[in-house]
Amino acid sequence: MIHARGLARTFRKRKQEVQAVTGVDLDVDAGEIVGFLGPNGAGKTTTLRMLTTLLTPSAGTATVAGCDLIADPVGVRRRIGYVSQSGSTAPEARAGEEVVDHARLYGVRTADAVVRGRQLFSDLDLDGLWERQPKDMSGGQRRRLDIAMGLVHDPGLVFLDEPTTGLDPQARANLWGHIRSLREDRGTTVFLTTHYLDEADALCDRILVIDRGAIVAEGTPDQLKSKVGGDVLTVTVADPARAGDAARLVGDLPGAEPAQVDGARVIGRVPAGGPALVDLVRGLDAAGIGIAGVESRRPSLDDVFLGLTGRSLREEGTSPDDAPTPEVVPS
Amino acid sequence: MNTGSRARGGGLARHRAGTRVSALARDTWTVFSRAMRLSLRNPAWVAIGLMQPVLYIVLFGPLLEPLAGRLGSGNAYQLFVPGILVQLGLFGALFVGFALIAEWRAGVVESQRVTPASRTALLLGRVLRDVLVLLVQGTLLILVSLLFGLRAPVAGVVLTLLLVAMLGAALSAVSYALALTLKSEDAFAPLLNAVVFPVLLLSGILLPMSLAPGWLQGVSDVNPFKHIVEGARAFFDGEYTSAAAWWGVGLTVVLVVLGWVFGVRRFRRENG
Repeated sequence: MIHARGLARTFRKRKQEVQAVTGVDLDVDAGEIVGFLGPNGAGKTTTLRMLTTLLTPSAGTATVAGCDLIADPVGVRRRIGYVSQSGSTAPEARAGEEVVDHARLYGVRTADAVVRGRQLFSDLDLDGLWERQPKDMSGGQRRRLDIAMGLVHDPGLVFLDEPTTGLDPQARANLWGHIRSLREDRGTTVFLTTHYLDEADALCDRILVIDRGAIVAEGTPDQLKSKVGGDVLTVTVADPARAGDAARLVGDLPGAEPAQVDGARVIGRVPAGGPALVDLVRGLDAAGIGIAGVESRRPSLDDVFLGLTGRSLREEGTSPDDAPTPEVVPS
Repeated sequence: MNTGSRARGGGLARHRAGTRVSALARDTWTVFSRAMRLSLRNPAWVAIGLMQPVLYIVLFGPLLEPLAGRLGSGNAYQLFVPGILVQLGLFGALFVGFALIAEWRAGVVESQRVTPASRTALLLGRVLRDVLVLLVQGTLLILVSLLFGLRAPVAGVVLTLLLVAMLGAALSAVSYALALTLKSEDAFAPLLNAVVFPVLLLSGILLPMSLAPGWLQGVSDVNPFKHIVEGARAFFDGEYTSAAAWWGVGLTVVLVVLGWVFGVRRFRRENG
């Protein structure tokens, strides 16, 4: 469905060249749900805008839905759906009219567009909102309306840019269900970007991790996690002053890597979490260090990202212009 | 979701056989009817746009009546209304970009640009809506002026409306192109004000530039809108083949060509 080689994009900003995307190779097969995971400013949206013909690549080639991106952008546009971060409807328009007009821009006849739009509204739990103005809809409803807009011409490939950003947990879970059924019920290939690890984990068959304009890892969520190796131990000590001592104990566990301290929390990695946990609790007890909490868990995608880039993904409020600040301890 | 999978890239989305022209016409109609519907749903802006010229007719026009003789015209409104019509075209069209910035922010522009629709149609459909709104406003303005005593040949009035429509098409294209380039009301508003007020003051819309001292007339001579206003006045006086009429029409045509080249180029460029 998508084959891209060396896709790159350079912006000129006040006479300075900014390389937003330095060279992306990616392949997506028909019927896959692929996630593009990375922090804000990593180049996710820029890559997506290139793949959807909204931005011309500075270098590289790509075939999207069977059409060459450079030679036949109109062919690409005809075959893909795109759901952008910023929405797609005028606040004061009527939802149904926006969907029908959008379909007409794809050459769909009005009567067909109405049938198709009504069906999508019913599929996406938007029943009864045909005449509603987007400004009077909830965030989740608006996002589903955006998805209806992106699907109205029945594309085989859909791009979703940060589909659940800004939604409450319930609306997110609901939207995940709808995204899964895109593939299950329609066989649609889905390419989505996200900076939420749980979203990539829950939704995607395959994940491409992007950082600073280049793909740094690729695989199924399990493959990526197994790259980290071992389990993550987290100890919260009762007295933060003793966190250093606790870190030393964690680091001394068999096969452990040096532990990191974050306030009262100590985070370390060991080959097998279960036995290590027992040893650790005994050791802490013997040293007289009070324990507020202790936990062993499988690595998350955040640990993967941390391992790959030395930075945590869980930082909010980073503007796209800023290079993400290095952070040693996942919080 | 139970519509089942259709033949991909075919089915509903199949590009029906047809020339590029018919696709352009179809897309233009879609964009136009959507824009028109949104304007009709929120007629406040159309009304506000019309209020200002009507206020000029009602509150400023009577001041000119005693001066009419000195200005070389039998009827103050015959002199004044053509200028106000050009002003309507100037303001009405140049400010349409604000709505496009709002649409861009709502993601509408990008969602239209990711469709196979012609880029020219995305501009043309909106401009046609603006032209139609201008024509309705202009007609209402003339009807109000008739109540106040305007007397002018019908052909001249119709020609002037056509001139204003062309002017509106040119400036609305320019306004959209600038809006899409700046993408910020904070940058767009000062730019418009910087351009509109000198143009307005040097156009002789309120009073003919023939009243001005020589140096001011000289400056105003380089303002194309002054000649367009004089062309419109010639139409209202029934002098359809006078030099002023030809100049007005000619400069309007030049503006239409320049405005369209600028607008279409901007809409065809990437990164809308």
